[in-house]
Parts: sequence; C-alpha cells; structure tokens
Amino acid sequence: MHSIGESIALAFQLVLTGSADLIEIVGLSLQVSLSATGFALLIGLPLGALVAISRFPGRNVVLAVMNALMGLPPVVVGLLVYLQLSRSGPLGFLGLLYTPTAMIIAQTILIAPIVAALSRQILEDLHCEYAEQFRSLCLNPWQSMEALLWDARFSLLTVALAGFGRAVAEVGAVIIVGGNIDHLTRVMTTSIALETSKGDLALALAIGMVLLTIALTVNAAVQMMRTTAARQAYV
Amino acid sequence: MTITGAPPRIEEATQAPILQLSVTDLSLRFGEATVLDGLDLTLGPVGCTMIMGPNGAGKSLLLKLLHGLIKPTSGRIDWSGYSAADVTARQAMVFQKPVLLRRSVAANLDFVLRSRGKDRDRCHALLDHVGLTHKADQPARLLSGGEAQRLALARALATDPEVLLLDEPTASLDPASVLAIERIVSSARDRGVRIVFVTHDIGQARRMADDVVFLHRGRVAEHAPAAAFFPEPRCQAARDYLNGKIVV
Ligand SMILES: Nc1ncnc2c1ncn2[C@@H]1O[C@H](COP(=O)(O)OP(=O)(O)OP(=O)(O)O)[C@@H](O)[C@H]1O
Ligand SMILES: [Mg+2]
Repeated sequence: MHSIGESIALAFQLVLTGSADLIEIVGLSLQVSLSATGFALLIGLPLGALVAISRFPGRNVVLAVMNALMGLPPVVVGLLVYLQLSRSGPLGFLGLLYTPTAMIIAQTILIAPIVAALSRQILEDLHCEYAEQFRSLCLNPWQSMEALLWDARFSLLTVALAGFGRAVAEVGAVIIVGGNIDHLTRVMTTSIALETSKGDLALALAIGMVLLTIALTVNAAVQMMRTTAARQAYV
Repeated sequence: MTITGAPPRIEEATQAPILQLSVTDLSLRFGEATVLDGLDLTLGPVGCTMIMGPNGAGKSLLLKLLHGLIKPTSGRIDWSGYSAADVTARQAMVFQKPVLLRRSVAANLDFVLRSRGKDRDRCHALLDHVGLTHKADQPARLLSGGEAQRLALARALATDPEVLLLDEPTASLDPASVLAIERIVSSARDRGVRIVFVTHDIGQARRMADDVVFLHRGRVAEHAPAAAFFPEPRCQAARDYLNGKIVV
C-alpha cells in the first residue's frame, strides 16, 4: 500500500498517460449517464410541460408526487429495478441484469422525476408570462408546449445538467443493477468505491479527479451558454 | 382534463363576416369592484373605432372581453353569432405590454405564421411592412419599445385578422414611431380590417377615428362619429377629458 502522497502522484500519472483501464471506466460512465440523461429528458420535459400548462382535479397531488420522486434514494431505485430484471422477476427473460442497459434504466428512473419537476416549475413560470398571448394566437396545447420548451431552452440546460450530475455521481443504483463487473459494468463511482475498499487509492483518486473535472467542465460550459443567452435576453 | 389556454381549432374558410358587433348590458366585476357596469355598444362592419377614457376606465379589459380572452360577469357580446373561440381566431390583438418570444425578431414572426398555417415566406414582407427588416436577426427582447410594438403589430397582421384590437400601441413612442404605427394601421383599415384602437392621445384619435367610444364609470358615456365628437362631445366627462381636466 502506498502513502497518500505516492497515491496522488500515481493518480496524476494514470490520468496523464491515459491508462486503458481508466479510459474504459470513464467511457462507460459517460455512456451510461449521458444515455440516462437523454432518456430522462425525453420523458421528463414533455411531462413537465404538460403539467405546467394543464389544470385538472388532483393537480396538487401530482405536483407533490413529482417533487417527492425527486428525492428517490438511488439504492431503492436500484433495488426496484433489480427486482424487475432479476432472473425470477417479471422482466428477467430480457437478460438485462448486470448490463449497461440495466444501469441506464435505473439512472433514467432516478433522474426523470428531477427533470420533470424542475422543468415544470420553469415552464409554468414562463407560461404565466405567455398564456394570454398564446390564447390570443389560438395555439393548441402542443404548439404551446413546443414554444415553451424552446423558449426555456437555456434554463432547461441547467435542468439537464442537474440530471446528468445526479446520474454520473450516484453509486447506489448502478452497483445493484450493474454489479460492478470489470470491463463490463464498472463505472467511475463503483470503481472508486471498490478501489478504495481494496486500498488502491491511486486508481480511486485518478478516477475521482476525472469525475471532478467532468463535473466542473460541464458546469462551466452551461454557465457560459447561459451568460451568452442572457446577453441576448433569451433567458 | 382541461388545458389552460386550450384554443379552438382554427377554421380556415371564407365564412360570413364577423361584424356586426353588438354588446348588451355587459358587466365585469372582480369581487366587490365593478369595472364594467351594464355597457352597451354596437360596432358596424368597417372603419376605425377609437376607444378613449380615463385610466382604469376598463378599456383594456373591454378589449380582452371583445377578443374572447376573458368572460364577462354578465351580459352578451355578440359577433354576428360566432362563438368566443371562433371570434378569437378571426381577430388579432396587440396588448398594452406585448409579450415577445425569446428568439430573434424573424423567428417571432415565423412562429406565428407556422402555428397558424400561414405562408411562411411572408415573413420578410411583413418585417419590411413594419420597417424591421434590418432587425430581423436581432433578439426580439432587445428591441426598443417602439420596435417591439411594431413587431407585435406585424405578428398580429400575420394572422390575417378581420378585426384588429390595439391597446395603446403607441404609448411612450417617439413621434416618428407613432406615425409609423398609425400608417400601418391605416393601411390595414383601408384593406378592410376592422380596427378597434384604444388611445389616450387625443391628436391620434383625431387623425385615426371614424368613430369614438368614450368609456366612463363602466359604461359607454358617448359613442359618436369623429366629426361629431371632436368639435364638442355631448357628455360632460368627455368634454372634461378633451380639455385636459382630470376625469374620475
Ligand atoms: N384581475 C383584476 N382584479 C381586480 N381588478 C382588476 C383586475 N384587472 C384589472 N382590474 C381593475 O380594472 C380596472 C380597469 O382596468 P383596465 O386595465 O381595463 O383599465 P384601462 O382603462 O385599460 O386603463 P389604462 O388607461 O391605465 O390602461 C382597473 O381599475 C384595474 O385595477
Ligand atoms: Mg389599459
């Protein structure tokens, strides 16, 4: 076992030389979490927009449920997806357990409510401003939703970022349904957990640095886009 | 499930004209506050009607009622028997504070042309008509007040309305912009678009009016042809208003 200082030095070396293991793990992580974010946006944005422009009995209950689902514990989501996908579960015949697909499913379930709830709030505020004009223009609900989604695009970027951030950083769901299998379902968070418990701090630290860099870079990029958009009064 | 702002399907067909308008015993209350109180009004098929009256007289709300955006507490608004939904689709309104989309000037127009199933190639002609061609690619929300009003007007014209409802479209504009907007409105009027125009600008009312509706205390205090109204209104409130006295 290395000292902390040696571990850090080794970690830098791993990152700078781009070790094959590291690249594989980071690549899979991004693939899983970006896919999950994409699916969560596909599900969450239309849902958020629909609830934002609709008035129906029981709407408050729907809002409460949406908000509550934002705080789903990853391990619980992992467990539920596991129960569905395990060999004896209803979807066991698909043979998806311990595959990247299972991890994408779990993360999608985890962050779709976040996307729906956050975008609902943003789109509802925007709709307050636009509603009368839209009614005057006789837009149908789909045209209204489309216009709201497009006009809120820069605010919704932040929502996408929140979803991606949650997905890429969570460990509970992917470790249960992915199993942390080397070269197959090992992602950044599960490797950090494993390597740390094994005492291989260098690899854990190296992955941690990459994770941190990704998080900061994406954040900075979104921030920059929003600033540009604000200059054009598009936010 | 009802969707707020759920619109009617727009029926594109040559239908019977939407005017004459007859409003009978129209009242609008918010709790205790009465804004319109038994208002009667008849509008003929052509021309430009200027609506005047002191702040808070209910001009903006009357326009929204006529446009079918809000429901009266009681009374009838009858556009040749058409339903409120049909009425909205066949009119366009320029609001006192126009809401522009968070996109470029051209994209704002294109959005309306597209969603209303109009010819999208008209975008440039419309921009040219309101003198905004050079601003086509600029973000709409960075337009000056006068430019924003002109874009709102172009957007309203893009829907080919039979009736154009204008709520103080020239408030706080410079004289050249005021004239530019008046010219656009006049040309629409000459093409047969029925204009209903709210203004506080007496000079503008004189220039534009075929007839004048003066609102006071929730009713039409006077409705007269321009030629009769401007030399000497019949009702005291309108006389005071034209003479610059505070009307309450
Ligand atoms: N939602 C509302 N609830 C209660 N009162 C309202 C509401 N909307 C408008 N009012 C009141 O109705 C009155 C008429 O409003 P409206 O906007 O029609 O006035 P206006 O004639 O257009 O005035 P201005 O010349 O200042 O534009 C005002 O006193 C206003 O405070
Ligand atoms: Mg007003």
